[in-house]
Amino acid sequence: MREIQYREAIRESLRHEMLRDASVFLVGEELIDPWGGTFGVTKGLSTEFGEERVRNTPISEAAIIGCAIGAALAGMRPVAEIMFLDFIAAGMDQVVNQAAKIRYMSGGQVNVPIVIRAAGGSGRASAAQHSQSLEAWFVHIPGLKVVMPSTPYDAKGLLTAAIRDPDPVLFIEHKMMYNNRGPVPEEEYVIPLGLADVKRRGRDVTIVATSRMVPRVLALTDKLAAEQGIEAEVVDPRTLVPLDRKTIVESVQKTHRLVIVHEAVERGGFGAEVASIVGVEAFTSLDAPILRVAAANTPVPFAPLLEDFLVPDERRIEEAILETVA
Amino acid sequence: MASTEVSDPSPGTPTVDVPGPDMLLRMYETMANIRSFEERLVELFNSGQIGGVLHVCIGEEACAAGVCANLRTNDYLLTSHRGHGHVLAKGASMDRMMAELFARETGLCRARGGSMHIIDRSVGILGANGIVAAGVPIAAGAGLAAQMRGEGQVVVCFLGDGAMNHGAFHEGMNLASVWNLPIVYVCENNLYAQFTPQRLHAKSEDLVKRAVAYDIPGIQADGQDVLAVYEVASRAVERARAGGGPTLIELKTYRYTGHAISNPICAIGRPDEEVDAWKLRDPLRVFERYLIDQGICSADDLAAVRREAAARVDTAVEFAESSPMPAAETALEDVYAAWPEGVPL
Repeated sequence: MREIQYREAIRESLRHEMLRDASVFLVGEELIDPWGGTFGVTKGLSTEFGEERVRNTPISEAAIIGCAIGAALAGMRPVAEIMFLDFIAAGMDQVVNQAAKIRYMSGGQVNVPIVIRAAGGSGRASAAQHSQSLEAWFVHIPGLKVVMPSTPYDAKGLLTAAIRDPDPVLFIEHKMMYNNRGPVPEEEYVIPLGLADVKRRGRDVTIVATSRMVPRVLALTDKLAAEQGIEAEVVDPRTLVPLDRKTIVESVQKTHRLVIVHEAVERGGFGAEVASIVGVEAFTSLDAPILRVAAANTPVPFAPLLEDFLVPDERRIEEAILETVA
Repeated sequence: MASTEVSDPSPGTPTVDVPGPDMLLRMYETMANIRSFEERLVELFNSGQIGGVLHVCIGEEACAAGVCANLRTNDYLLTSHRGHGHVLAKGASMDRMMAELFARETGLCRARGGSMHIIDRSVGILGANGIVAAGVPIAAGAGLAAQMRGEGQVVVCFLGDGAMNHGAFHEGMNLASVWNLPIVYVCENNLYAQFTPQRLHAKSEDLVKRAVAYDIPGIQADGQDVLAVYEVASRAVERARAGGGPTLIELKTYRYTGHAISNPICAIGRPDEEVDAWKLRDPLRVFERYLIDQGICSADDLAAVRREAAARVDTAVEFAESSPMPAAETALEDVYAAWPEGVPL
């Protein structure tokens, strides 16, 4: 199969859906050509579909998200882009009090079929306001769905599912994965929301990892298998809401050990949710305490050396795995 | 003051025909319905028959009636926490509105929304809103959808004077302006943002001046005179429908009650004389005088309309009281429109 970038896979999904459904349109900052968004994801789309359907907005996050909500209520399927996930804080009322709750408050009369794409994560020396992993905020709000693809294949299939989904979906891309390449079919396909993917089979320890931590963990686990004979099973939930608890719990029932790896800060993070689920549903299967490997509870600093120190790296993940299997 | 154009960059403002007798009477009925409905809400709340948080618009009825008389069923409406009047004027069922406030399953939102969050898709009501100014950007989105489809729908978004100081107001107005969206923003300036008098929250008394910053028409009108409201709204709605873009209307009006029914004080530093002075220009009384003076109706005709309104409210209360409560476990419904089987919520 041909290999394309994570960025290109996302673009392909957007393009397929815009061709397929005239109500799909894009709205966000600097999406039009020649720029195509800060990370170049929408490059070419305004030229192909016109600036009516690839809409360049003012720097107004509340307006971008609110506009998407209003258009969705009036029958459209907008895909909003928030340039950096951090900036969503400036439009948070629209996400939390509006998008997430309108269907419920209406007694099920209306849906809010919007996708909010945003680039999260650290790695570009962009410091504290352009580097956060904020997924836990959204996981905590009933009414939202939260998707974090870790491969080009998943990005394309999950975004297609998100655009076709009747509910508001926060689609968190990782800015350091846009150049990652992987096999992606040319035709359209859907990966249902709520289906985890076992990225590596193993018997000794389960590792639940999200987003950029998935390729990082996979590089490490192959090495551990080759060098130390430790066969880790790597589960990527892919969607945090809805969460495929079954795949995670069944994996731990097989391996009896769990390490959770995410880039977001540890305190109040998604890892705590996974640990709690497994602690209840697979309690008798566990042979070791559940460990979390996450960023330290600090803002993200500017200096690359400091930034790298905070985010889980191979050394810290390996230490946790060895401690768990010891 | 009938109406004042603060800023109107578009030449050739459409002229408005004076509404015919049927339309005049319909607007009066709407105002009488809203007044009866909300006066009953106050009684029901004070006697403990309904609960929650209620923000009534008693004293402001001409704004809802005069604006919504210009709308079609498929036009869109967004409003604020003080939206009962707008919702009724846009055509929502009074029975189901009352049932919503009685927290019954037959309510417009199956008792999930309540007073501040009424949505009635069947008549284009996209949402009242418990968050001040949040409807302003949402209205922009509805206007964008209308513009992209090109079917001539318009959006009306009501907001209060307090909303004019919120960031969402600016972001939404600017977007509506730069994209020339078919929206009429109606600021009901009742002089108080919750309890805070306008002199403490905005330097100018004339909030409509902000239209200048967005380079869109801004029109101010007497919110106690339903004909003045009708006229400015009619021009703004027609302009939007014809592709002329958004308008900001400021209606000078007044609420007789406190911010919410339960509030012990009406506002900070609000003198009784001010309330009395505004009551002399009560929107129903002002309109009644006009209708009688013009020979359109007699005082008896109008009294009959008010009796019918009261009877309609009686019917709505009976409907609500005889409706079932929601089943407790239905609280888990409708969080999502689609959810994978076997995955816990």
